[in-house]
Amino acid sequence: MGLIRTSLLHINQSTNYPINTSTNQPINQLTNQPTIMTFILIFISAVFVNNIVLAQFLGICPFLGVSKKINTAIGMTGAVAFVMTIATIFTYVIQKTVLDPYHIQFLQTITYILIIAALVQLVEIMLKKVSPPLYQALGVYLPLITTNCVILGVALLVIKKDFNLVESVVFAISTAIGFGLALILFAGIREQLNMVKLPKGMEGIPAALITAGLLAMAFMGFSGIVK
Amino acid sequence: MKDSASKVLLNGLMKENPIFVLILGICPTLATTTSALNGMCMGLATLFVLFGSNVAVSIVKNFIPDKVRIPAYIVVIATFVSVVEMLIHAYYPVIYESLGIFIPLIVVNCIVLGRAEAFAAKNTVFRSALDGLGMGLGFTFALTLLGTLRELLGTGKVFGNVIFPENYGALIFVLAPGAFIVLGYLIAIMNKLRKRTV
Repeated sequence: MGLIRTSLLHINQSTNYPINTSTNQPINQLTNQPTIMTFILIFISAVFVNNIVLAQFLGICPFLGVSKKINTAIGMTGAVAFVMTIATIFTYVIQKTVLDPYHIQFLQTITYILIIAALVQLVEIMLKKVSPPLYQALGVYLPLITTNCVILGVALLVIKKDFNLVESVVFAISTAIGFGLALILFAGIREQLNMVKLPKGMEGIPAALITAGLLAMAFMGFSGIVK
Repeated sequence: MKDSASKVLLNGLMKENPIFVLILGICPTLATTTSALNGMCMGLATLFVLFGSNVAVSIVKNFIPDKVRIPAYIVVIATFVSVVEMLIHAYYPVIYESLGIFIPLIVVNCIVLGRAEAFAAKNTVFRSALDGLGMGLGFTFALTLLGTLRELLGTGKVFGNVIFPENYGALIFVLAPGAFIVLGYLIAIMNKLRKRTV
């Protein structure tokens, strides 16, 4: 009980949490102390309110590409979650220890994409050994994670929102869960959609996009829960 | 059988339009087309990157070992994206704000890497430049069209000029679901039109 009370107190003190605009400054651990409540807010925001696919339009390519079957959707989610969490940690550390102190932020894009490309390669080699069926199922989409905007997007968003390392990790994992939720829901709908006769020209991508639009509309119902 | 120069240029504009036909680079398309102006700016930024990376890749293609070509291309693309990012930041801060993280995200736009790999790596500098220009124009065209439609349906304006009063607009078209739905119908219409001409 005492713990909850103190954490609520912290929330009251740090209501400026998402809009901490002291950019390019290392985060002061004392003034921006993360609490359980902060994490829950980040989680709900990333999964439901600002869903990465349906509200922020990141990762549409895998969203449309691997969402034909639920199994591949789950595999893809796992791969993305894994790469995203590690990539966020790496890029965050590099940003705070190399790019910011030496004022070479303009190299941000290049640095990030190289880190991500290397990590994807690593995951690919690991997955090939550990789980060949999953590796087969993911197919071409695994190397394509490099060019999946979700990974780079989250790495950049974390810096932009001025999160600290723990918040960044929570944000990355929550975003991955949000991505997975959207992907798996969508895969479920698309499996049903295959059985319907559609007008010529609407088959495939157009129907999928409109379905995604309706799904996004459903997710809009969550807006307003968390800023 | 090599296509003529004009054919290469027009290819990206209609026959292989990156958005409507190849369905590549959908993320920035959906995210930045809340208004016609935003869509056009994003299109032009991508056009610059496409053009630059296509030219650069076709120049260096013979020096890059086959195995590391993809990382090399990504570095080339990231360089051009950084250039664009700094230019927009310096000269058009308002647009920089409204496009947000989608400027650095041009790096991971599949269309840029796709053209570098599929076209620039196999063709001369001149033809790659034309292809980059054509694809970029096709992309800009698609984004501007989508942005115009969404702005018109959502707020009754086109490029900020009032066409009909805002009360009649459906705000949903400016929000996330509208992007998916408008693009879905646009692609469906394009599919229908293309079937007829073939």
